[in-house]
Amino acid sequence: MSPVEPTALGGLDASNAPAWNPGRALGPKLVVAIVVLASFALVALVGRFLNLDPGAIDVAHIFQPPSMEHWLGTDDAGRDIFMQLIIGAWPSLVVGLSAAAVAVLIGGTVGILAGYSRGWLDLVLLRVMDYFIVVPALPFAMVITAVWGPGLGHMILVIAILLWSTTARVVRAQVKSGRERLYVIRARMLGASHLHVLLRHILPQALPLIGTTGSLAVALAILTQAALEFFGLAGTAVLSWGSMIRFAFQRDAMLNGAWWMVAPPGICICIVITACYWLAQCLETALNPRLRTTDLRVRSFRVLAVSRGER
Amino acid sequence: MSTRTSYLAGKVRVAAFGVFATLTLNFFLFRVLPGDAVSSMARVPDGSVELKEALMRQFGLDKSLWGQYLDYLAQLAQGNMGVSYASLRPVTGEVLAALGNTVPMTLLGIALAILVGTTTGVVAAWRHDTLVDSIISNVATVIYSAPTQWIAIMLILAMAQYLPVSGASDPFAFAADAWSVAIDRLKHMILPSLTLALATFGQYTLVTRSAVLATLGDDHVAAAKAIGFPVRRILTGYALPNALIPIVTLGALSAGTVVGGSVVVETVFSWPGIGRAMYDSIIQRDFPMLQGALLVVTVAVILINLAADIVNMKLDPRIVE
Repeated sequence: MSPVEPTALGGLDASNAPAWNPGRALGPKLVVAIVVLASFALVALVGRFLNLDPGAIDVAHIFQPPSMEHWLGTDDAGRDIFMQLIIGAWPSLVVGLSAAAVAVLIGGTVGILAGYSRGWLDLVLLRVMDYFIVVPALPFAMVITAVWGPGLGHMILVIAILLWSTTARVVRAQVKSGRERLYVIRARMLGASHLHVLLRHILPQALPLIGTTGSLAVALAILTQAALEFFGLAGTAVLSWGSMIRFAFQRDAMLNGAWWMVAPPGICICIVITACYWLAQCLETALNPRLRTTDLRVRSFRVLAVSRGER
Repeated sequence: MSTRTSYLAGKVRVAAFGVFATLTLNFFLFRVLPGDAVSSMARVPDGSVELKEALMRQFGLDKSLWGQYLDYLAQLAQGNMGVSYASLRPVTGEVLAALGNTVPMTLLGIALAILVGTTTGVVAAWRHDTLVDSIISNVATVIYSAPTQWIAIMLILAMAQYLPVSGASDPFAFAADAWSVAIDRLKHMILPSLTLALATFGQYTLVTRSAVLATLGDDHVAAAKAIGFPVRRILTGYALPNALIPIVTLGALSAGTVVGGSVVVETVFSWPGIGRAMYDSIIQRDFPMLQGALLVVTVAVILINLAADIVNMKLDPRIVE
């Protein structure tokens, strides 16, 4: 592998060097993302169904740093952080997943409806979508949860209400162009009902897109949830990664230098969300091969030295 | 009417619709609230039904929903957002004062984020599909994945010995000359702004990278390359300007995220801004204040998006067609 020459235009003609191949680099990323998400799902199941216990309140051992006995130390009440982390996985992931599912369901339906209907309905729905895309999600979510009161169900709905518009926008564009395709028009001409055309011809076109925006929605949902929990808008009954960060903040973990109370839940959220982003990225590249071709990339021409022969 | 004017008129209409929708939503959201402020205020010792009714009249809560809505619009048109239940002072003044604290801190954070984001993005595009690109893109993604409140707390844990971590100024400062006051304020601003920058720069990196990458294949870039301009000039003079439109658009669209981020940052660092005001008013169930803050924040984001549309029109006049 010849390095990119710094004296020349560097990366501007980087293709002279068969460097980091995105096609090759894509594979491991996808695998890593799936493995990470699967193992976190497993941990969440363990935490949900194994009846774990972070231990009783133990005032003699508060703010203990990580040790063999407590892998990630103890909190302000002497309870084990590692156990809390495992127990907290389930609510953190379930709320994110369900909120994203509801958001994708709403977004997909509205997007298909708007893209397929055209006319005034499309216009109205488009305005509504634009509004929800612009609106600052977190302040609105704070206000709505404050109005409705805490609870996991409420939180799922609030997050979904604020996240559906991106999916709707993307799906609408796809459906709008799909609707004009020749084979769709022919199907209509042959007497297929709107429902048939929608389910049989339009939906399959939109599904891959829904997958991509769906995994982005999961990431955003988990972040929003963590923020709402940080503000104490999720109720105090549920132990999750977001509320662990809140507790650490409220109960003077910072004054006691107890970084082990804060770092683990944040790192877990960070890993899960990165995996979601990578998944979305890989799906997008896989489904949209044009991203890999030259029309979006640097056009360059390789002059092969004869001696190098065939690559 | 020229295409420019009709393009602008369209954008203004959309913004106006957004503002009106916000007003309306903002009003009706707060009418379905359980637990009104009056019942808790009237729950003083010896509180009577008469006291409660008097309070209801004082705050105009005895009218019908529609009447309250019209009242609300009429008062808003005069810049009156009501009186805070908590401080008993006009909301407009309180919100504007808070906004005055939020803007410099947020601007500093955003400026940092855009600086770091576009620079790393351009470098990643220039070195695309190399190890450098891969490191930049992945680090940006990972940091962007971290919850803002978590970044803030980690920064406090790491930096609390060196920098102030709470409030906007030192309450025990003796020196009162303008210079030391400004320095004190700036010191208090560093950690909140840094948190905001860290939490948001990743999206600018990724957007800049893909936008610049798309222009690197253009003919005029190839021509500049053929002439033999230095790399820096090609990137900043030829590739970046054409990539600005998606960057500006997504920058404006991310204004909502930035506002959300600053609510979190202000809460962690006790920064007396509009986000902190929102958090406090939720805790105190101070609805006029919450309503005012949400309104100002949302309208600001809508206006930023309108501004981005206008900037984009200046950047690329073809956009109007």
